[in-house]
Amino acid sequence: MLEIKCPYCGKRSQNEFSYGGDAKVKRPELGKEISDKEWDEFVYLRDNPRGKHSELWHHVAGCRQWFKVSRDTVTHKIFETIKLNEEL
Amino acid sequence: MQKYSIFSLIKNAFYDHQNWDVVWRDPEPKKEYEVAIVGGGGHGLATAYYLAKEHKITNIAILEKGWIGGGNVGRNTTILRSNYMWDPNGLFYEYGMKLWENLSQELNYNVMYSPRGIINLAHSDAQLNVYSRRGNSMRLNGIDAEMLGRKELKKMIPFADFSSSARFPIFGGLMQPRGGTARHDAVAWGYARKADSMGVDIIQHCEVTGFDIHNGKIEGVQTSKGNIKTKKVGLCVAGSTSLLAEKFNMKLPIETHVLQACVSEPVKPFLDHVVTFGAGHFYCSQSDKGEMVMGGDLDGYNSYAQRGNLPTLQHVLSEGVAMFPNLSRLKMLRTWGGIVDMSMDGSPIIDKTHINGLYLNCGWCYGGFKATPASGWTFAYTIAQDQVHELNSKFNLNRFNTGHLIDEKGTATKVWLG
Repeated sequence: MLEIKCPYCGKRSQNEFSYGGDAKVKRPELGKEISDKEWDEFVYLRDNPRGKHSELWHHVAGCRQWFKVSRDTVTHKIFETIKLNEEL
Repeated sequence: MQKYSIFSLIKNAFYDHQNWDVVWRDPEPKKEYEVAIVGGGGHGLATAYYLAKEHKITNIAILEKGWIGGGNVGRNTTILRSNYMWDPNGLFYEYGMKLWENLSQELNYNVMYSPRGIINLAHSDAQLNVYSRRGNSMRLNGIDAEMLGRKELKKMIPFADFSSSARFPIFGGLMQPRGGTARHDAVAWGYARKADSMGVDIIQHCEVTGFDIHNGKIEGVQTSKGNIKTKKVGLCVAGSTSLLAEKFNMKLPIETHVLQACVSEPVKPFLDHVVTFGAGHFYCSQSDKGEMVMGGDLDGYNSYAQRGNLPTLQHVLSEGVAMFPNLSRLKMLRTWGGIVDMSMDGSPIIDKTHINGLYLNCGWCYGGFKATPASGWTFAYTIAQDQVHELNSKFNLNRFNTGHLIDEKGTATKVWLG
């Protein structure tokens, strides 16, 4: 069982959260002309490291806030959890 | 290769089984090979075998970081089926089913192919409609499919919950009678033995650490046992594909996740088929030893750990108990996890890359085992001919760019929540 520290509520059990994937994916700017390749990259390509991973989690059965987590994908150690408007 | 038969068994019994040949050699890598396959799992071993058999290329090295059959081919729930709706999947997996049917004879190794039938249970009228659509699509592709009613199912799987208090009442089901199971370790060992006998070098405990690429062409691989020259490299490394692709600056539409499976203590025969739960993600069958073999959802977050977490297991098994209430009385014997390469549309990638001589075989999600023969066969074709075969032509990497996704589940791109 992972214990995840929600930046708003503190440490809670994994059961209260859902996962949102790679936190580094950025949606292309609204109204900007972009190529199919750039769009393809935004939709389908994600970081998939073995080790430290920046990811989104949702405290879905709690405060319902999204936030960022830095976690190791092998040991599952959580290094840091921060609010969405902060940088990891 | 020493032929396995009832006669060789009797003959060797006289010598207390001391005279059996080693099943495969343990060679040191040569300086150069015609083809190097990275990954000695089911797909890698099958690819080498079909390269040797169909394309007469035998100067092949299989480079395996651990030991052959120690990854996902030894960690799955052994299910075989081709009950897919979309043509690219249906035709590909059905080709594989035909290879499965003769595999034991072809390899002279008993893979214990057991066509016991796979039943997908439906728990509502709407789900029955969806299943009959899938069944019809399967039949149009020449794949066996039968709709089953509640009455028939009651006879076939009497221990499922047919009571009036069932949370998810069973309305009917879709069955592929030729679907079933095979002994997964035997598949790896059978392919390894046959490939080795044809001259393929299976090199274990040899990690690929880099690729020699010049002017867009592959010239060799760097390994923990030294550099090996080769003009063709095929990757069959499942959950580790992204890590190797990173070494030649390629980012793939793949996330690596852990999928768990488990077995119960052995009990007397009570389930003759493979059965899947329609109101969640749970499937089970009974092994020849009597253990219930069970699996379901991914853990739900990127993971390279070959072990899982309890909340998912609890969730999956609660679905199992909803389907077969008497499972709750069984003790768990073992649980384990394997890391799987989840592609963004849930379908595999068997394709060439932008690097000449470098070929990709990945994105098997949680369904790689049943694909083993078909994957090896088509990947061998792609490597030998330097072009895709009709069977894997739709499993290209470019589909994510052009929008031709093979979206069997109808979920489109998503984060793999399990």
